[in-house]
Amino acid sequence: MRKLSVLTATAVLGLGMSACTTDPEPAAPGDTTGPIAVKASDTACEVGRAETAAGTVTFTIANGGAKVTEFYVYAAGDRVMGEVENIAPGLTRELKVELTAGTYETACKPGMIGKGIRGAFKVTGSAAPLTADAKLAEATANYQRYIQSQTAALLPKTEEFVAAIKAGDAEKAKALFPIARTYWERIEPVAEIFGDLDPKIDGRAEVIEEGMAFTGFHRLEQDLWEKKDISKSGPIADQLLVDVKEIVAKANAEKLSPLQLANGAKELLDEVASGKITGEEDRYSHTDLWDFAANVEGSKASVQALRPTLEERAPELVTALDTAFANVETALGKHRAGDGWKLHNQLTQPELKELSDVINALAEPISKVAAVVAK
Amino acid sequence: MVSRRVALTAAGVGIAGVAGAAAVGAAMMDDDRSPASASPGDAVAFFGEHQAGIVTPAQDRLHFAAFDVITKDRAKLVEMLREWTAAAARMTQGRDAGLLGAVGGQAEAPPDDTGEALGLPASGLTLTIGFGRTLFRDAAGADRFAIADRLPAALEALPHFPGDALRPEISDGDLCVQACANDPQVAVHAIRNLARIGFGVVSIRYSQLGFGRTSSTSREQATARNLMGFKDGTRNLKLEDTDLLREQLWARAEDGAAWMAGGSYLVTRRIRMTVETWDRTPLAEQEAIFGRDKGEGAPLGQAKEFDEPDFAAKGADGEPVIAKQAHIRLAHPDFNNGAHLLRRGYNFVDGSDGLGRLDAGLFFIAYQRDPRKQFVPVQRSLARSDILNEYIRHVSSGLWACPPGVTGDGDHWGRALFT
Repeated sequence: MRKLSVLTATAVLGLGMSACTTDPEPAAPGDTTGPIAVKASDTACEVGRAETAAGTVTFTIANGGAKVTEFYVYAAGDRVMGEVENIAPGLTRELKVELTAGTYETACKPGMIGKGIRGAFKVTGSAAPLTADAKLAEATANYQRYIQSQTAALLPKTEEFVAAIKAGDAEKAKALFPIARTYWERIEPVAEIFGDLDPKIDGRAEVIEEGMAFTGFHRLEQDLWEKKDISKSGPIADQLLVDVKEIVAKANAEKLSPLQLANGAKELLDEVASGKITGEEDRYSHTDLWDFAANVEGSKASVQALRPTLEERAPELVTALDTAFANVETALGKHRAGDGWKLHNQLTQPELKELSDVINALAEPISKVAAVVAK
Repeated sequence: MVSRRVALTAAGVGIAGVAGAAAVGAAMMDDDRSPASASPGDAVAFFGEHQAGIVTPAQDRLHFAAFDVITKDRAKLVEMLREWTAAAARMTQGRDAGLLGAVGGQAEAPPDDTGEALGLPASGLTLTIGFGRTLFRDAAGADRFAIADRLPAALEALPHFPGDALRPEISDGDLCVQACANDPQVAVHAIRNLARIGFGVVSIRYSQLGFGRTSSTSREQATARNLMGFKDGTRNLKLEDTDLLREQLWARAEDGAAWMAGGSYLVTRRIRMTVETWDRTPLAEQEAIFGRDKGEGAPLGQAKEFDEPDFAAKGADGEPVIAKQAHIRLAHPDFNNGAHLLRRGYNFVDGSDGLGRLDAGLFFIAYQRDPRKQFVPVQRSLARSDILNEYIRHVSSGLWACPPGVTGDGDHWGRALFT
């Protein structure tokens, strides 16, 4: 789990939102009309223009009020098209959102509660949205099926793991821990969209906010490996299952954009580079290489979904990615142990450095995918 | 929007100033590079017969990095060297590492410059590349990139010196880049961007930050002090020593490796100082160890820093005024077959070592025409007898072949080596 998972979730959802900027960049691809200024206060939400042309629409939200606020763009039925959370008083933040012709609603939420101060918003014209590109639409549909397949395994494996904990069978629980997590780690960027659930399921002791309990996989990992006592872990295990069920339902309902796929592929590798290489994530069990492999597989699934588009627009990037993925798989493959992986603390420093090098070599070209998709 | 391009305009004035300064120094006529940064923010010319960062008057800050080449693909390595050269040419002139820059690119793509040097001037940045012996042949002797036949004889592995306590993980490497600048942020930015460009081709093996240049490479500069409080670069080769530079610094085609003509060989040593015990040493003993007085820096028995040391002089007790094991005697060219070095080392303090001692010392950097005739004999005599050894440990070592300068846009680092 990323340390700033809530912020990350916002970034993923925001479709190219760039935070905390006071100098809005005009002329992003598809942006035909320039940014729309939003003056937010504790009692008002003045949107500079109530109508704009289809394409990527940029809102620049200045919070002149005394309360922290949020800004939303809703389609019919309160479907969230884009949002910016946590705009502190005095801050200006930017939201880029891709909108096709139709009627929408904008909303400021002073104090971050309720339905907010709503306004009608109309989008005209016919700029083709990214998802109107047939290949990209197919990409998101394909990836949606991948999410379904992974969640279909995540749920029963978590159930088995939870059952073992509650039965007091520590050995079985230890064996199931990295397996259940494999399905989780493959689709982690999607999970991170649901900012409040991710830390409950995958938070580590130090990232838990004030007033929040340390729950989820890593709490059970600590009970199993460090405290070596799962006699009181039942309620935590039950809660994990409730949370996983909720996130599975939400993940399957979520419509992802092609940019989210691209950014997700990169974020999975960032996860590897920051948390898995260091052994920081699974510090009690040392099963980081399981997560490592799952993150890479998830990243590859995202890229593969986008492959037809990438082959058309940037064939040399596809070649580079194929080579880099193969290098990661070769380097990681040296550390297989049975059906799984060696423990993190069984690897030498040079072995970890090799893994770090191949991940960096893959993450660089992957960081270019989003720009190709947005073209 | 803040851009380093804005800073460039300001630096442009400085470049003209540098050219003016070059005209003053007639002694530098054989070197077409404009030498000194007239002011700390100015740009140093990147293109030239020799690489910048060797005789360039030593800047205040260092970020040195050694890299391992992790690809087996020669074409990829050459392509990266080409990209590095383009980025270096830009960054040394105070510009972004890439064409789009830190803030000018596509919103969905990561910027092609990391951005922490936005708004900062060129700051005298120089980037100097070197090739290690292992680039030519790996530990097993295999020819890695079909360049083994170009391995210069002068790149012979350094011998083990008495007292060496080298740590392999911070020694050697296939490539190195020395970034010197008057602003640490600019030096750090340069290495960071090169490392990023090189992902998948190279990996940082170790890097070292340095502050407080410990030597002067120009007569215009005062001699700096090392962390022991002494002036230790007084007899350094300086850019004004035209004849000596030709004889002692720059490699020639007839030395054996034609591609190195105009280049130089670099030795790096991380020298840890046990500053705590040094600080408990009496002043007279400290001065006897160096062979200089601490305040003025004059050789013992003389009055001024640049006075010639008199190694024959004896005191009232009949003992040499400059001890037989004094640092300046052992390092002096007269006792080393006339060998000179161009030193441009930096002080470092990397926090503390967990035992309450500063992890401090000198990152020694020396350029020369042939280490076998210069660094090796000097270090041998120092390692054997120098009483300073009680207070220092050599913990890292590197030897590098630094090719000649890049002559223009069609040229790149390593071109002569790889064609």
